[in-house]
Amino acid sequence: MKTVTTHSDLVDSFLPWLTCVAMLAALAMVFLYVPNERVQGEVQRIFYFHLPSAWMAFLGFFIVAGASGAFLWQGKRSADLLARAAAELGMVFCSLVLLTGPLWARPIWGVWWTWDPRLTMTLVLWLIYAAYVLLRVFAGDTETVARYAAVLGIVGVIDIPLIYLSIRLWRGIHPKVEQMAPEMAWTLLVCTGAFVCVFAWLLRLRLRSLHLRDEIRALRQHLVAAS
Amino acid sequence: MWAILWKDLLLELRTKERVSSLFVLALLIILVFVFALTPEQLKQPAFGSALLWVALVFAGMLSIQRAFILEQERNCFAGLLLCPIDPGQVFFAKFLSNVCFLIIVEAVVAPLTLALLSLSFSVSLLGLVLVLLCGIVGFSALGTLCAAIAVRTRAREIILPLMLLPLLVPLFIAAVNVTGALLAGEAWTGTWFRILVAFDVIFVVTGWLAFGFVVQE
Repeated sequence: MKTVTTHSDLVDSFLPWLTCVAMLAALAMVFLYVPNERVQGEVQRIFYFHLPSAWMAFLGFFIVAGASGAFLWQGKRSADLLARAAAELGMVFCSLVLLTGPLWARPIWGVWWTWDPRLTMTLVLWLIYAAYVLLRVFAGDTETVARYAAVLGIVGVIDIPLIYLSIRLWRGIHPKVEQMAPEMAWTLLVCTGAFVCVFAWLLRLRLRSLHLRDEIRALRQHLVAAS
Repeated sequence: MWAILWKDLLLELRTKERVSSLFVLALLIILVFVFALTPEQLKQPAFGSALLWVALVFAGMLSIQRAFILEQERNCFAGLLLCPIDPGQVFFAKFLSNVCFLIIVEAVVAPLTLALLSLSFSVSLLGLVLVLLCGIVGFSALGTLCAAIAVRTRAREIILPLMLLPLLVPLFIAAVNVTGALLAGEAWTGTWFRILVAFDVIFVVTGWLAFGFVVQE
């Protein structure tokens, strides 16, 4: 127990600084280092935040699914809290994708939004996240609700390949990254690193707050029982 | 399982409130669309198929909700779960009763929609029946699972569509496309139909397996 605490303390004191440095480096690279894309110009720089956000949104979804499965399997409270925190974060990053996308699309495609497969997919993903988070909000915080949410999380992931397949068959114009200049690849890499740090840090903060809330609740019950 | 299914069907047979209200609701949804669109738009097969499915999904959502609210009202669901049967069987009973109700409703609403929109009946009728059936099966499977969750939360009326509609996206796209192609008299679209069947199989199995987690106390 003791070693675990010191280990997580170390991570807690280390991670914010790492995130700060990584984010500053990412910003510097996006605005100062990387050259303009030949066709799209300045606007393209938003891509270095857009794509990592999308990856983090997917990462969040997979954590939700994994943690939900683990929770249904073993019934551990910590797995449930992890699923919850990851869903909330996934929704934040999914929102970022949906905000940065149109900012880029307006000057390049001439429209804010188009029903391209990836855009549609992200929107559907966001909606599934929203349903998951709202279920948690509306239904309270009991063992039963944790199971509901876990089932929803797993059903959502089972549905993703089908959604993807059906939407891709439906239509498509989203740009694909084909070849990148080395500077661009490096910038993307650093930005992704920074986003992973942000994700990990926020996840830890949220998890800790959820655990603390549990502890407070237990203490309160203890006090009520004692008095 | 058959007993529960029979109970649901008997209840409906005696009161007839669910099927009749669903029927009226589906018609009203179609009416709203008829007002919203121009006559030229309504003649297009794509709109016809979209309309048919919008009406089915929204009417179906209420139907599924009703199935669980009825059980919840007098705490009958707890009684059901006390029975020495597998929760998977409760799922199948609820799922099948929903399929039955929606088939009955659709058997009237679908021809009526086609007639109201003056779409030709020359489409392959067998194909249309098959698509509607597959759509209803997939919808009921996922719907039953989601409704079992939604009914025991606060704000259950709003949480069910929130959960169900995004998950239904593949079913909806596939069904609308197959139906649209059929109504336009085009060739049978195998890919879409396969997605529809895959959706059915996946969610009937998922619902059956996951229902136990949802209903246990």
